[in-house]
Amino acid sequence: MPPVLEVRNLTKRFPGITATDAVNFTLEAGEIHAFLGENGAGKSTLMNMLYGLYRPDEGQILLNGHAVQINGANDAIKRGLGMVHQHFMLVPTLTVTENIILGNEVVNGLLIDIASAQQRIRSLAQTFGLDIPVDAIVHDLPVGVQQRVEIVKALYRGADILILDEPTAVLTPQEADDLFVVIKRLKAQGKSIIFISHKLREVLALADRISVLRRGKLVGDTTPAQADEAKLASMMVGRDVVLHIEKHPATPGEVVLDINHLQVADERGNIAVSDVSLQIHRGEIVGIAGVQGNGQTELVAAVTGLIQPLDGTIVVAGADITGQGTNRAIDAGMGHIPEDRQQHGLVLSYSIADNMVLSTYDIAPFATGLVINEAPIAAQATTLVQRFDVRTGSIEALASTLSGGNQQKVVVARELARPLKLLVAAQPTRGLDVGSIEFIHKSIVAERDNGTGVLLVSAELDEILALADRIMVMYRGQIIAEVPGAGADRNQIGLLMAGITSTGATA
Amino acid sequence: MSIPPPTPPTNGWRTWIGILLVPVLAIFTALVIGAIIIVATGADVISAYGGLFMGAIGSPRAIAYTLVEATPYIFGGLAVLIGFRAGLFNIGVEGQIAVGSMCAAVVGAFVTLPPGLHAIVAFVAGALGGALWGAIPGWLRARTGAHEVITTIMFNYIAIRSTDYLIKVPFLDKASSSQRTPFIAEGAQIPFLFGADNRLHTGFLIAIVAVIATAWILKRTIIGFEIRTTGANPDAAHYAGMNVPRTIILTMALSGLMAGMAGASQVLGLEHNLKASFSAGYGFDSIAIALLAASNPLGVIPAAIFWGALRNGAGLMQLNSGISINLINIVQALVIAFVAADQIVRQIYRIRSARSAGITLSRGWGR
Repeated sequence: MPPVLEVRNLTKRFPGITATDAVNFTLEAGEIHAFLGENGAGKSTLMNMLYGLYRPDEGQILLNGHAVQINGANDAIKRGLGMVHQHFMLVPTLTVTENIILGNEVVNGLLIDIASAQQRIRSLAQTFGLDIPVDAIVHDLPVGVQQRVEIVKALYRGADILILDEPTAVLTPQEADDLFVVIKRLKAQGKSIIFISHKLREVLALADRISVLRRGKLVGDTTPAQADEAKLASMMVGRDVVLHIEKHPATPGEVVLDINHLQVADERGNIAVSDVSLQIHRGEIVGIAGVQGNGQTELVAAVTGLIQPLDGTIVVAGADITGQGTNRAIDAGMGHIPEDRQQHGLVLSYSIADNMVLSTYDIAPFATGLVINEAPIAAQATTLVQRFDVRTGSIEALASTLSGGNQQKVVVARELARPLKLLVAAQPTRGLDVGSIEFIHKSIVAERDNGTGVLLVSAELDEILALADRIMVMYRGQIIAEVPGAGADRNQIGLLMAGITSTGATA
Repeated sequence: MSIPPPTPPTNGWRTWIGILLVPVLAIFTALVIGAIIIVATGADVISAYGGLFMGAIGSPRAIAYTLVEATPYIFGGLAVLIGFRAGLFNIGVEGQIAVGSMCAAVVGAFVTLPPGLHAIVAFVAGALGGALWGAIPGWLRARTGAHEVITTIMFNYIAIRSTDYLIKVPFLDKASSSQRTPFIAEGAQIPFLFGADNRLHTGFLIAIVAVIATAWILKRTIIGFEIRTTGANPDAAHYAGMNVPRTIILTMALSGLMAGMAGASQVLGLEHNLKASFSAGYGFDSIAIALLAASNPLGVIPAAIFWGALRNGAGLMQLNSGISINLINIVQALVIAFVAADQIVRQIYRIRSARSAGITLSRGWGR
């Protein structure tokens, strides 16, 4: 029997870059085939060709042994391909049932036959062990359940091949475990699954076969039995990488950040941070673990002066900076690697050199009185580009021309260039390649060893575990637990992230 | 894909061609369409455009007149451009010019000061009047989020109608049959450069200095850095510790300052009094100048001179060919349409889109 999906010499070029270069692979019935690769390795391009969103420049796609040309998503769905995107394609204000049948309604005269649709949905859900509340409004559901709705939607449309694009990025570790059970169940029922990820551990736990993409080329085809994390990482990056940061135990000094009873509202005025108190000392990294959207963003915004807290105090190295704005925070010795480098961290239309002085442009040696001195700005940029390994042809290159990893290195370089007492690092490696992550982690640890206190906020539990000396878990706006970083149990923290404290009760 | 090819380091002439290409082709295209309209009305293109050309730059005096026409556009173009650079759309230049002219006319006519000093004080008064009139919408934007497009339009009405009243009632020159303020004192005049005959006055030189000063402030001072950062990414400006509300107010004040100088220079250098219904649309055409200059201060000079030339040459064009002066308005409108919608020009002439680092003219509402 031919494989359900075969790809031969698939090539797609964009101006100046070959996104996928003669890629070959097969997908058998009932197989979980994982694709690993850094950002920009060509994973998304490959999947978009399978899903009919891009037309390949060269090569063939064969479904069940027949060469096909897929013309858009609707055609892909008709041919039994289903895709669950990283960002869900659900209408938040509609019910689960409405979302699933959207565009595929069973009609009875002029009316939509909800009852029979729901019956089909229930039987699908039962077959594959996908527990979903068919009448609930989608925006009321947790992210993990929304994802199950997406999967049922694909199955409802008759998908035999499911493409899951970074499905665990938005999940708690426990939700991810649930997802893996579902995926294995789908496989047992004969569905074929393409699983895209950059998380090595997951891929090893789940996949039957692993393909590694690097710069558009398939550089490896292996199985979990033959590979380990280090091997996969070096295949992805093309060189050996240090996965575990070497760091000495912390030697905490005096308090540099003292937060007391902090209360912060989000943009819509809802309480996002409630009664948070914490202290950070010189020379330690305190990691805030938590699923995205549990108040971390607002906590960081208040601490760094971007927004005004409703209540509470924030003291940095003895200076009360509560609600006094970003300038005051910077003056108190705070550095901030922002969550969104393109929104806050960089001016994309500025050169690297100008971005490097975004908060020091008005002080010596970069300015004399009101006048800006270009020579010291250029000199500093040259030094920092070298020290922080920013890959660029020129310090005059615009920030918009850099890759994500290099953009983030510019931000990190700028913030670490001035003497700091406290570094606030929010999602410092989100969306970056393994090489850049390694570099930025080392830089943060080095800053700690220099005596800076570090507040690290990350949705990646692995990042918290790798860096933090103390770990606090944030859930629904509160710090619900604190554990030492050394020897922390990832399973226990995972439960805490879901709001389940050790007594078994939900916080 | 996330890896765009690195832009090669830009070298001199290529950059300049890239900057000039679209405005020049926009002008060319507008003139071609203008020619078609001329032909359609049965007139002679050669004599019409010949008249336009001769009237604009055909003699030393024509050139001087063109520069006189260009002067308020240089100031006004700078005013709009400074706002653009901070992401603000100052539509209030017209009103700021009105306030600036009023202040200059009143100080020039009703205050007694030694000659020379009188001119300086009157000019500064006009500039500051415009600055204040610009700063108020800036303050409203910074403190309350009221969008400057709306408030500056409203401030135009207030300024234009109020100055009209001031001219017609309290400051009316009762000795004159026309509705205007009294002539300013001779010592308050800013001098003609080559005598009164060709009307070219010191205001033109001040405008050139203002261009250079604006370019320098934007590029080389910390205020300019704050203005540009606020325009390019206000969130990043806030993040970096800049005082964004203060920058917005300052930008609007600086913008109004330029507009005020436009008014002062017209009154003190050229008209020597202020007439009722003085409003000549300088403020609105200034938006066009800033667009044509592609937000580059130095570009304001050629853009304003081109604008002045069209206005100055229109008379002889009408005389030569019987084409209405209004054709010039059509050509001007077409130039702006093509500059604003530069994709049309790029399509016609098959120019590849350059770095799409366009200018943000104005940001969304209520931020």
